[in-house]
Amino acid sequence: MIEGAPVRTQGPAATTGTIAERSSDGRRASSFAPLDVPETSIPEMHARSKVAELPRVAETDIVRHYTALSQRNYGVDTGAYPLGSCTMKYNPKVAETVAAFHGFQRTHPLQPDHTVQGTLELLFRLEGALCEITGTERATLQPPAGACGEMTGLLMMRAFHEDRGEHRTKVLIPDAAHGTNPASVRIAGFDSVNVPSDERGLVDVGALREIADEGVAGLMLTNPNTLGLFEERIEEITELLHAVGALVYYDGANLNAIMGKARPGDMGFDIVHINTHKTFATPHGGGGPGAGPVGVARHLVDYLPAPIVVRDPDGTFRWDGDRPRSIGRLHGFNGNVGVLVRAYAYVFGHGGDGLAEVSELAALNANYLAARIAPAFPLAYPATPPMHEFVATAEPLEKETGIRAMDVAKRLIDLGYHPSTVYFPLVVDEAMMVEPTETESKQTLDGLADAFLRAAEEARTDPDLLHRAPTTTPVRRLDEARAARHLKLRWGSDGDPRD
Amino acid sequence: MLAVAGRASLDELFEQIPASVRLDRALAVPDGVSEMELTADLRNLAGRNRSADDLICFAGGGAYDHYVPSVVWALAGRSEFYTSYTPYQPELSQGVLQALFEYQSMICELTGLDVSNASLYDGATALVEAVHMSIGRGRSRVLVAAGVDPRAVDALRTAGKGAGYDPETYEGDPHVTDDVAAVVVQHPNVYGVLEPVRERFDAAHAGGAKAIQVFDPLSLGMLAPPGELGADIAVAEGQSLGNHLNYGGPYLGIIAARMADVRKLPGRIVGETVDVQGRTGYVLTLQAREQHIRRDKATSNICTNQTLMALAAAVYLSWLGPEGLAELGRQCVSKAAYAAEALASLPGVRLGFPDAPCFKEFALRLPLPVPHVIDAMVERGFLAGVSVPRAGDDLLVVAVTERRSRSEIDAFVSAMGQVLAA
Repeated sequence: MIEGAPVRTQGPAATTGTIAERSSDGRRASSFAPLDVPETSIPEMHARSKVAELPRVAETDIVRHYTALSQRNYGVDTGAYPLGSCTMKYNPKVAETVAAFHGFQRTHPLQPDHTVQGTLELLFRLEGALCEITGTERATLQPPAGACGEMTGLLMMRAFHEDRGEHRTKVLIPDAAHGTNPASVRIAGFDSVNVPSDERGLVDVGALREIADEGVAGLMLTNPNTLGLFEERIEEITELLHAVGALVYYDGANLNAIMGKARPGDMGFDIVHINTHKTFATPHGGGGPGAGPVGVARHLVDYLPAPIVVRDPDGTFRWDGDRPRSIGRLHGFNGNVGVLVRAYAYVFGHGGDGLAEVSELAALNANYLAARIAPAFPLAYPATPPMHEFVATAEPLEKETGIRAMDVAKRLIDLGYHPSTVYFPLVVDEAMMVEPTETESKQTLDGLADAFLRAAEEARTDPDLLHRAPTTTPVRRLDEARAARHLKLRWGSDGDPRD
Repeated sequence: MLAVAGRASLDELFEQIPASVRLDRALAVPDGVSEMELTADLRNLAGRNRSADDLICFAGGGAYDHYVPSVVWALAGRSEFYTSYTPYQPELSQGVLQALFEYQSMICELTGLDVSNASLYDGATALVEAVHMSIGRGRSRVLVAAGVDPRAVDALRTAGKGAGYDPETYEGDPHVTDDVAAVVVQHPNVYGVLEPVRERFDAAHAGGAKAIQVFDPLSLGMLAPPGELGADIAVAEGQSLGNHLNYGGPYLGIIAARMADVRKLPGRIVGETVDVQGRTGYVLTLQAREQHIRRDKATSNICTNQTLMALAAAVYLSWLGPEGLAELGRQCVSKAAYAAEALASLPGVRLGFPDAPCFKEFALRLPLPVPHVIDAMVERGFLAGVSVPRAGDDLLVVAVTERRSRSEIDAFVSAMGQVLAA
């Protein structure tokens, strides 16, 4: 039996089309209490003349429509989701329950501190735990996602160097890094400089030494790195950067590998960001929300975004915005607090002991799956053992059969699974980046491995199956080139054929 | 499993970590607890907050106590949606992709603009990204109206440290020279006042700058949309579209623009296309703009957005419909006007902007310091409003949504009278 539920493929005709196509004059779902004060109007010069054409639908229409859409979507609750670098682990339901407590859900961001002592204490405790896990001194919980965390870290780097009267323009990034790293570097006003990887998939320390000079503001690195491999010479790397006065930034994308085993702060990292929607299982909602807390070493605490939560001697908590060296504010309010409540539930539900076990099982699952599929999809860097995820390659299969990584991915869909990440990292040909996470059982991993191996076998015996895949989904392969060429980004437009 | 993986023990999985950086002790985080203990801990923490259930909420400043109908989270809370990742495999993600396409469509209908992305982190981020769309071509100055929320301007100032600009505040008509990239107007502004947007934007365009409007999405049943007012880019905090207060997040940033600027729009954009059998389907499109393709040439580093909040917004806007949007606006305007008149008649209280028309918020000048008044009103069961950074200790901005009844407003005015008389 193939595990993992395929998305719904059949339904009555009325379940297709947009919500606008269900619209009918005179229909409406909303209702209000009668207006119980005298009516006031808006001055003519400000008034809207043409009605905003929102759908005119009943509540039943809305429920049927979006329920049907949910059935055309695959989540972690549907089945395994081994997207490498995304850490798609199971999202515990208790986190949803507690985040919906009205004491959290119905508090206003600008209400007085003494009326939100519970939330402030929660944030204070969470910050403490995150600092302990990462080996940092203090953290900001304000960045609403990892990329914003990167921006936060880079602006702190800039402020740190400026305070020392130094104008440093370069930030070093390994060639395998996630695209947000170089983009954040540019937005923060630095130039990014590539650091090559060696034949084992690790930072080429010799090459790094060549380019690490006094114009370098910092280095951004994940560890385990983007190939899922631990940078063994990490202390040498951080010392080398510190020796030229640069800072070292830890991209927390792969923190799931090392909790309770090693800490970025102890490796010499100065700045550490965390993706709560990866490591701490806050649901990613189809692409967001996330949260991207950033922890820093002692010498950077003054630069953290303002405000941060402090505990006064009498035990009360408050926001401290009086931080003159702070880089300022990055979010309109206090960050994605609703997400942080879920992260708290995960961290304190698991506890220090449970988090260490999470990393052990994540590594065990990844290594088991890597070994099982290696006959068809060998590791891209076999000389270095992987940790919580691995990068395999479909290159041998492609050479033998012409079947590409994307074809394998699409066939996995028909076999009942969400595929792995493909074609990332860019430095590996026909990359298949697989991260099963600790929450998948051995049965699921075996099912997944069988599906990978079956797809490879079919590539030889019945390649058309892979070329045509997927066939079990509500739609089959989509014409992405047409979408970009013939832009239709909203209903009621015929598409913009200008390009 | 270890044997298959060729390892002798779990410890061996970590042997690549040099001993010198290995943590040789347990994490100093308390041991894990059962679900019932965890729930008790969080119930206790939540219980030490005062929510908008027991404090009648007249606070706004970007986050509002609008009614969230049951249908919104009954649907956005379906776990096929909320436990999915960014839709990298479109065949498995048609639900999220189509919902985002519908969200984009409804934002275009609301704003009168051509294109919307699939959301950004929040309103402040949306303003930052709109400004970043505008700078270039030798233009790097950013003129921000005095009525723009100072918290959003703070976020802009932070981002400007990297991007190389420092926002400048203007009053009245902006002086738009050929180095000005963008002119920003918030309408209704941070004091609730309706601004002469068309004039400001005419000045922006005459000087060759982009016109950016910060708007309130729920005002657009009543107020002329940004597209009609001449905005090139419109941004908003989208919390009020079916999202809970959540102490400031997760919310969503709305950004909409004209077709000519579509390639500068940041973040995810969903487009309609067809599959190999000609069936309609949806994909992430124009990805060549984005960080994962352009890397250090990208104009934005946005990756994660607020998809789930955008989905909630689409459900909420479907629930409202055109009549609901208009009715909600009518209730806000009328109730705010009623409350403003009653409060301004209290001794020592005057309106911050006496003759200015408002939508759902208005400013008061009080005879006592605002933090003191807010605390005293908490004791009487109200969140009285918000102060505006750097606007003075006596200025209170009060928000009145469709949710407030006449009796709540009357009780609020009466309590305020007692506090100010004390």
